[in-house]
Amino acid sequence: MGMGGNIRNLIAKRAAKEIENGMVVNLGIGIPSLVPNHLPENIHVFFQAENGVLGMGSTPLPGEENENLCNAAGYPVSVRPGASYFDSALAFGMIRRGKLDITILGSLQVSEKGDLANWIVPGKRVPGMGGAMELSQKAKKVIVLMSHTDKFGNSKVVKSCSLPVTTPDCVNMIITDLAVFEIKKDGMLLTELMPGVNLEQVKEKTEATFTLSPAIL
Amino acid sequence: MEKVENTFNKIVELEKVHHLFFDGMTLMFGGFGGVGTPPKLVDTLLDSSVKNLTLIGNDAGFPTIGIGKVVCAGKVDKLIASHIGSNPVAGKMMTDNKLEVEFSPQGTLAERIRAGGVGLGGILVDVGITSEIVTRNKQILTSGGKDYILEPALTADLSIVFAKKADPYGNLIFDKSARNTNPLVAMAGTKTIVEVEEFVPLGELDPEEIVVPGVYVDYMVQSEGVNWTWVWEETYGT
Repeated sequence: MGMGGNIRNLIAKRAAKEIENGMVVNLGIGIPSLVPNHLPENIHVFFQAENGVLGMGSTPLPGEENENLCNAAGYPVSVRPGASYFDSALAFGMIRRGKLDITILGSLQVSEKGDLANWIVPGKRVPGMGGAMELSQKAKKVIVLMSHTDKFGNSKVVKSCSLPVTTPDCVNMIITDLAVFEIKKDGMLLTELMPGVNLEQVKEKTEATFTLSPAIL
Repeated sequence: MEKVENTFNKIVELEKVHHLFFDGMTLMFGGFGGVGTPPKLVDTLLDSSVKNLTLIGNDAGFPTIGIGKVVCAGKVDKLIASHIGSNPVAGKMMTDNKLEVEFSPQGTLAERIRAGGVGLGGILVDVGITSEIVTRNKQILTSGGKDYILEPALTADLSIVFAKKADPYGNLIFDKSARNTNPLVAMAGTKTIVEVEEFVPLGELDPEEIVVPGVYVDYMVQSEGVNWTWVWEETYGT
């Protein structure tokens, strides 16, 4: 959404802090795909791709790609020791069974209750839900990375989603170019400001109702 | 390479499978974003006069990659898939009412195909149960105190599949992430044609490693490999 590479990387870097050794993590396309670049060397994470890979590694160097080893977006990846291949039914079997620790997704809107709207703009863009419903409904933790506002300046962190909801009440954390929010049972909490951002800016650009964590006060 | 005996007459020239493609048929294809979609069988379809297809598969490929070529050629009336975002032509055809698209969540779609291939009538799943688009015209059933959508199984007149290796019986193994929907699609076709990269003699595949038993395979053709340019090849050099 018109965000520079620097900001996209700041968001990805913040998301990487949520990942721990041994976790099973699925990454969406866009900013989530930058997250592995910000992980410390000494942790071994099992990145899952819903086309049937568990244990993806880094992007291969030009010339070393394998056309039959791609992520769910169709781009070449590598595998780390301990990786496995399986069919699409099993890929989603492990997702539905709750084996994913974290899914990191992009979104069009997120509501203060944690409703995710990330798959359809009626009358404009109807690409299909792909695996977004399984991932958001079944992962233990759902983290959304997105720009805080759309290209018209409207808040994407909203009271109630105006776009069709992919999965209600599923998002646990939102990381934007302005702030980090956690969504709890009793509401949304502003927990961090991104570097160089002040509270007034966040208040001005957020439609959702939120409270401030002690760290912000 | 050892000579592979065609013990079961399943290994055929392309001409021998032409009759399996017909107007108005339901056709299921293996592959995910073009990876694992059989290139030669896609071209066979493109070169034929067959039209008014109902296609079932993960996605609509890309305009020049995989099944996307068949969709762009206007041969498809209806597509049952989870995603068409990588093929803008398919999106435009849908908006212009030239292509009917039924969306199913990706894992639900895979499991519906699997169900068809293993003789089940459907599956109970709660993915998308709050979405009107997913639940439209479907029964909701309660099992163990929880609500589930009854998602009908999918089968097809014909399945087209891409495998790395096969023996003459049609025992199949796949290559890395090109496995994706192929084993499921292979099982769900009334008839199944497999495009194979390498044939090996009977007994050469370890029974422990076989992913699809040959009982599901009717015909096999020799592949000449992928004949399209991948999206990442186009963007990497620039």
